[in-house]
Amino acid sequence: MENFKIEVDGDGVALVTFDVPGRTMNTLTASVIKEIGEVVERIKTDDAIKGAVITSGKASGFCAGADLGELGGNGGLGGGDLQAAFDAGFALNKAFRALETCGKPVAAAINGLALGGGLEITLACHYRVVGDNPKTQLGLPESKVGLLPGAGGTQRLPRLMGVMQAAPYLLEGKSMRPQEALAFKVVHEVVAPGSEVEAAKTWVKTKGDPVAPWDKKDFKLPGGGPYTPGGSQVFVMGNAMLRKQSYGNYPAQLNIMKAVYEGLQVPIDAALRIETRYFLKTMMSPQAKGMIRTLFLSLQELGKGSGRPAGVPQYDVKKVAVLGAGMMGAGVAYVQAMAGIETVLIDQSQEAADKGKGYAEGLVKKAVSRGKMTQEKGEAVLALIHPTADYALVKGADLVIEAVFENREVKAEVTKKAEAQLADTAVFGSNTSTLPITGLAEASARPANFIGIHFFSPVDKMGLVEIIMGGKTSQETLAKSIDYVLKIRKTPIVVNDSRGFYTSRCFGTFVQEGLEMLAEGVAPTIIDNVGRATGMPRGPLEMNDDVALDLSYKIAQQTKKDLGDKYEDRPFTPIIEKMVADLGRFGRKNGKGFYDYPESGPKTLWKGLADIAPVKTAEADKALIEEIRTRLLYRQAVEAARCFEEGVVVDPREADVGAILGWGFAPWTGGPISLIDGVGAAKFVETCDQLAQKYGARFAPPQLLRDMAAKGETFYGRFAGAKKAA
Amino acid sequence: MADAYIFDAVRTPRGKGKKDGSLHEITALSLATQVLENLRDRNNLDTSKVDDVVLGCVAPVGEQGSDIARTAVLTADYAETTAGVQINRFCASGLEAVNMAAAKVMSGEADLAIGGGVESMSRVPMGSDGGAWPTDPSSAFKTYFVPQGISADLIATLYGFSRDDVDAYSVESQKRAAKAWAEKRFDKSVIKVKDQLGLTILDHDEHMRPDTSMQSLASLNPSFQGIGDMAFDAVVTQRYPQVERVNHVHHAGNSSGIVDGAAGVLIGTKEMGDALGLKARARIKGMASIGSEPSIMLTGPSFVTEKLLKKLGMNVADIDLYELNEAFAAVVLRMMQALDIPHEKMNVNGGAIAMGHPLGATGAMILGTVLDELERTDKETALVTLCVGAGMGTATVIERV
Repeated sequence: MENFKIEVDGDGVALVTFDVPGRTMNTLTASVIKEIGEVVERIKTDDAIKGAVITSGKASGFCAGADLGELGGNGGLGGGDLQAAFDAGFALNKAFRALETCGKPVAAAINGLALGGGLEITLACHYRVVGDNPKTQLGLPESKVGLLPGAGGTQRLPRLMGVMQAAPYLLEGKSMRPQEALAFKVVHEVVAPGSEVEAAKTWVKTKGDPVAPWDKKDFKLPGGGPYTPGGSQVFVMGNAMLRKQSYGNYPAQLNIMKAVYEGLQVPIDAALRIETRYFLKTMMSPQAKGMIRTLFLSLQELGKGSGRPAGVPQYDVKKVAVLGAGMMGAGVAYVQAMAGIETVLIDQSQEAADKGKGYAEGLVKKAVSRGKMTQEKGEAVLALIHPTADYALVKGADLVIEAVFENREVKAEVTKKAEAQLADTAVFGSNTSTLPITGLAEASARPANFIGIHFFSPVDKMGLVEIIMGGKTSQETLAKSIDYVLKIRKTPIVVNDSRGFYTSRCFGTFVQEGLEMLAEGVAPTIIDNVGRATGMPRGPLEMNDDVALDLSYKIAQQTKKDLGDKYEDRPFTPIIEKMVADLGRFGRKNGKGFYDYPESGPKTLWKGLADIAPVKTAEADKALIEEIRTRLLYRQAVEAARCFEEGVVVDPREADVGAILGWGFAPWTGGPISLIDGVGAAKFVETCDQLAQKYGARFAPPQLLRDMAAKGETFYGRFAGAKKAA
Repeated sequence: MADAYIFDAVRTPRGKGKKDGSLHEITALSLATQVLENLRDRNNLDTSKVDDVVLGCVAPVGEQGSDIARTAVLTADYAETTAGVQINRFCASGLEAVNMAAAKVMSGEADLAIGGGVESMSRVPMGSDGGAWPTDPSSAFKTYFVPQGISADLIATLYGFSRDDVDAYSVESQKRAAKAWAEKRFDKSVIKVKDQLGLTILDHDEHMRPDTSMQSLASLNPSFQGIGDMAFDAVVTQRYPQVERVNHVHHAGNSSGIVDGAAGVLIGTKEMGDALGLKARARIKGMASIGSEPSIMLTGPSFVTEKLLKKLGMNVADIDLYELNEAFAAVVLRMMQALDIPHEKMNVNGGAIAMGHPLGATGAMILGTVLDELERTDKETALVTLCVGAGMGTATVIERV
């Protein structure tokens, strides 16, 4: 065995040390799963062994669970043969159950985090001791990436703590700290870190009971099962809560509920079989494939700078000048300071610059008051931010982030002023969300150093940064920009220049499609309710209120000016014009948009909207709901596909991660590209053609998609290992 | 096919379905038994001629379990040869039992049968039988399950019934029930429930509040706002996205009362009636059930009425009296709105808002009520219907002979 070491002590207690070679963290690889069987066999059959303690040989923790890399690439367990898939999927349950029924007491000495399968193996032990480190996480995070805890978690956790208590851990992937786990009776003992093995051995030697609670005759499920007075309400309410939160978009959560409901009514052996069946059903869903790939694997890869051009030396950004201390500039200043970067925050007046620093001061104050940051650390962070109106302080900056008003002239002016102070090697990054970078770079004396670095608001919360290559931007500038983004602990995607780049352009289509529906006469309530039910964070109309209607209006005016004859007025244009220009309804920011925002209570739809957008479709049956849903999602997806055809994005991973992190594209899909791949290009093209015929050319699939449909290709297949942008 | 005739209909008064209700100390079996005894005794029935007793019961567990119909046949000292079956179509169980008894007669399976129902809601609380529909995620999730009160509030929201509308309907229901009792309109059907000694323990519907007014109802808080906010409003707005916000208008005062009670209807062929000297009071002209959208759940009555009237070649106006169970005020308002039925024809003697809804028995009770009313006012035709859980409707048309 390469992953486990077994040492039997003088009392006959076998210490099984889990230590996967060549990795910093234990994961349940195929080879580990195979060897668990051997470990169990040894414990069971070796007469010298009276009981066992399982612990980890890693300082990093006990075990982080399944190897999602292996699992992700293993979507078709059993190669389409369902019985083979079941046998393969059941292997881990079988091994853990064998451990649980080996006839000898087995304790887990949990010395650090135990997640997913890592926690599940301990749940199959008869006793759990965990080191008292408040940072240690115990949990089942599978549902976060669209999976179901498939190694007994859905069965043993509720049998230990009750269904209601287990629900957030199973359905939301919440994790618990050692003391919480003790209170929930999920672990038996919390001991000083380092003494886990000793305590576990003591239990094995003195009390060692080799029978799990659910294998005892007098076992009672805490809180009761689905057909007990208390238990039934948990399910009735739980089913409704699940729909409220998931909108029926997440098969993992529903399958977890089903596995718990069905599994708790039968003995554990049958329950584990039920769990495996639902595990496989979940695994085989396109949602699970998309979510694992995008939210775990791709996110990890991009977070390591997978898009960075090789051969450029690491660029350590120590000082950055942020031009413009508005909301974006202030947020950028804060995240930089948090990453230890000296920040010069410049605005037109000292007062405006101070106000920008105030944002960081507020966040730091809050963190300190909540005990999340020490006073000293807070002061050190704030000391890094220098608010000023003086461009001379730009001198010495490794990078400039320009975050002034979205106006070409203003941007050109500050570009010149800042560049006058900059070293030749310094990078100039423009944080614009819409204006093409190549055009902005014309104001620069050094266009090779000029790049788009597009942050998302609020900067301190949003994890994505969209890097935009201008026509003349160098690979060196790109590499330096990626180094900067990683340093401030954000995830970079790299795209090529285009109006709205990738994220703003695709996001805009979501809002626009909602406006198209409004102009068609679909009741606004239907638009937003179905919009939310697609899995987007908000409906298109309320989203437009949040973004600000006058901003949409201004961008439309600017686009009209830029495009001239090519600009096409949409049926909704007069609605927005009327609301903004005539009625002063700018959105949430002035309390008047598609909705009214009363001082207290929830927002309500503006009654006057029906006068300027008369309702023709006041009811929605299932078919209409489905069509609206498809329109809202496909409109964005077909735009993302166009971005591929035009070379705006080149890597499906970046397109998907960027969509979910950047504009909140429905996470259950794994992103717009995974959505198309999951549906299949041929089917997607067919639906888009139908929508194009009914609603217009905006749905017409690009030639790229038709080619892919003809060849049966997927984006992830066709663009695997795509060359980087530019 | 034979015609099915109604010879008699009896019901117990409805006791408050709580621990302090008069019938709480009377078992569900005793309620069913007393109904069967009364049917036998008032008609000098040779019970060996009764082929089957069909009883509706919605929570058939505990003392209402293990086929309470057959059990009551035995405790009522019917002939051993009389069979008994308990059925469940939720709130329409009592009417469905009548329809099944009629169908047995029509098909020739039975010459004489009893359809009825029993529910002691104080002794076997609603929901005691559990059930997969709301509990199993496989069905709850798929059907957008919400409790009926949410469905009723959704109906009010979608079809524009305000709190005043539903309250006004309820005040009228109380008034009509009080008047009907005052004028002894229920006397023909209501039996006295006897205690263990044979003393009368209840002889009137005790849930009624005749002094109900708009003011007294206004003080009641909506019953389903809390669970709506928690999750269920979100469920119905996913199914009905045209709803911005559910208007929670229902409360204890405009919803059916929780009560105990039982009822039975004696049905048979003309020939059997003649042989036993029973006078046919009405003929069962037709019956139907239908499924409807399960989340809004309670809109089935208008659909099943349309289905049945079409089958019978009749129009809405051809029916002299309508009896629709007052599960919730909005359910009745919606049916009147959907089919353009005047309030003067609907529930003329009040309904479950005033007198209560003993789930398994109500359908048979209101069938008897409307038959009495047809006779009292010398009218011909009535349609009885109820909304049903999980989205259904059941209806029966009777005409006097």
